[in-house]
Amino acid sequence: MTNLHLVDSMKLKDVVIEPIRKGFGRGLLEAGKRNENVVAVCADLTDSTQISLFAKEFPERFVEVGIAEQNLVTVGSGLAAQGKIPFVSSYAAFSPGRNWEQIRTTICLNDRPVKIVGSHAGLYTGADGATHQMLEDIALMRVLPNMVVIAPGDSLEAEKATLAMAEDSRPNYIRLSREATPIMTTAKSPFEIGKAYVYTGGTDVTIISTGTMTYQAMLAAEMLFKEGIDAEVVHVPTIKPLDNVTILESARKTGLVITVEEAQINGGLGGAVAELLGEELPTHIKRLGMRDHFGESGKPEELFENFGLTAKHIALAAHEITSNKKARS
Amino acid sequence: MTQKLTITELETIANNIRIDIIKMLERAGSGHSAGPMDLADIFTALYFDILKHDPKKPDWDQRDILLLSNGHCVPVLYATMAQAGYFEREELMTLRKFGSRLQGHPERTRLPGLENTSGPLGCGLSQAAGMALAMRMNRQLHRYIYVVMGDGEQNEGNVWEAAMLVSKYKLNNVIAITDRNNIQIDGPTELVMPLEDLRAKWEAFGWHVIEIDGNNIEAFIDATAMARAIVEKPVMIIAHTVAGKGVDFMEYDFHWHGTAPNAEQAKLALHELRTLGGKIKSEHE
Repeated sequence: MTNLHLVDSMKLKDVVIEPIRKGFGRGLLEAGKRNENVVAVCADLTDSTQISLFAKEFPERFVEVGIAEQNLVTVGSGLAAQGKIPFVSSYAAFSPGRNWEQIRTTICLNDRPVKIVGSHAGLYTGADGATHQMLEDIALMRVLPNMVVIAPGDSLEAEKATLAMAEDSRPNYIRLSREATPIMTTAKSPFEIGKAYVYTGGTDVTIISTGTMTYQAMLAAEMLFKEGIDAEVVHVPTIKPLDNVTILESARKTGLVITVEEAQINGGLGGAVAELLGEELPTHIKRLGMRDHFGESGKPEELFENFGLTAKHIALAAHEITSNKKARS
Repeated sequence: MTQKLTITELETIANNIRIDIIKMLERAGSGHSAGPMDLADIFTALYFDILKHDPKKPDWDQRDILLLSNGHCVPVLYATMAQAGYFEREELMTLRKFGSRLQGHPERTRLPGLENTSGPLGCGLSQAAGMALAMRMNRQLHRYIYVVMGDGEQNEGNVWEAAMLVSKYKLNNVIAITDRNNIQIDGPTELVMPLEDLRAKWEAFGWHVIEIDGNNIEAFIDATAMARAIVEKPVMIIAHTVAGKGVDFMEYDFHWHGTAPNAEQAKLALHELRTLGGKIKSEHE
């Protein structure tokens, strides 16, 4: 197995925490330095989406469209038509929440490599409540032909993903979250669009996770190991194109799959993995995530507890699925 | 530069484009008639007088850009491109057929010379804004972007988001054209969703507005020259056109917005166009 150069300890007391969106901000600044065709467009959320670093360094390559998300992505289409690599940012609830058709027609069908940046996605948006907790973005973007969908696991990975997006010729969507979350990777950790990474090997059950949930999956694997279950954690930062090879290999080995995401499982990572396994390798699967309902105001930890998305819940699901298997066999 | 065509020569081309539009739509069996017919004069002026372009080099990096925002009017764009030499006129008869490069609504990736994919309304001006911003960053100051929009299209909020942005950044190489034919699918624009005072709306958004007879080729050419001369503001040309222009039974009738002529109607229409409304004899009869 390739060395992923993850941090030595995943314990909460040992890890550094930082919002994933900060990594995007740094990555975009660096991408801007590397390529003068990289430009940025924002819809009145410059600081929140961390596009401000780029805007300060390259004011002549920054466009402010105001609170107008339909215009945001369509202006991006026009910039790309003239050879630019536009990163267009807002909150995920508004972009791609509000402007899906413009993305479909003027970016995907029109084949323009616009980079859509959806910040404040998922339950980490907390107190703002259900209107701002975007949970449907993965499903919305995944269904579009041509579109790449990325949900980085930490800020360092977001930084690398942003640099990779600047060099990718397709339309891309990247999902960012608001609160500081643990950094699991290091500068040396690999990132490639379309690759899944086996964070910890195991033989009893596969836990497939994306975005911030991979950290919870790692904690769950530690708990499970002490309880006699050898779990394999597969981190999936690119939900589309999905790394079928890595996922199928793991599912073939363990025969049991759990997916975890802070998003709707319908059409989300859970949907994607279920579709793959259903066609290629029918496997018992349990999907953790939002089950056809909205979030609400609260502290992120309260919400994750309420919606069953903590390490403890993942471990419970693993016990359940493995004991079912034993009972059947 | 090749010699300019006379207005009479341009009018002949516009009439030929109308003839092709009728034939294409009749062959296709579906599609939009009124808008393409009333835009024939404007498209003739654009492709045969105004635009800096080369049909043999559609990707030429100094070309002007024509964005069709109301994609349902694409028959006039295809017919004009064929007349201008982008592809053979025979291909026009494949409109809306399986495997054709001439999709029912324009798809950029299928046909060289198309600048955008459109159909869902309200997006052309935003794309023009993005292109103009990129041109400014690239210091390409002498390329113009012409955006043809419908009037009904301006019910879309996206249009006004773009109007504010183009005005904010003073993107004066964007020249917008409204096909003011007063109809949309459900009826007259002022009954479906009143647009007036349309001039005052655009002026309030920071635009300079020029109003002309959109079926007068000379007036349109003059208006675009004026639009290029005005650098303080972006320019909107409100081109008052007659819906279905050129065919008596189509003119002014909103039912022809989204309908194609059948064989009998096409025969009548072609006769009228070929005889210039009975003024000359048709060689086809």
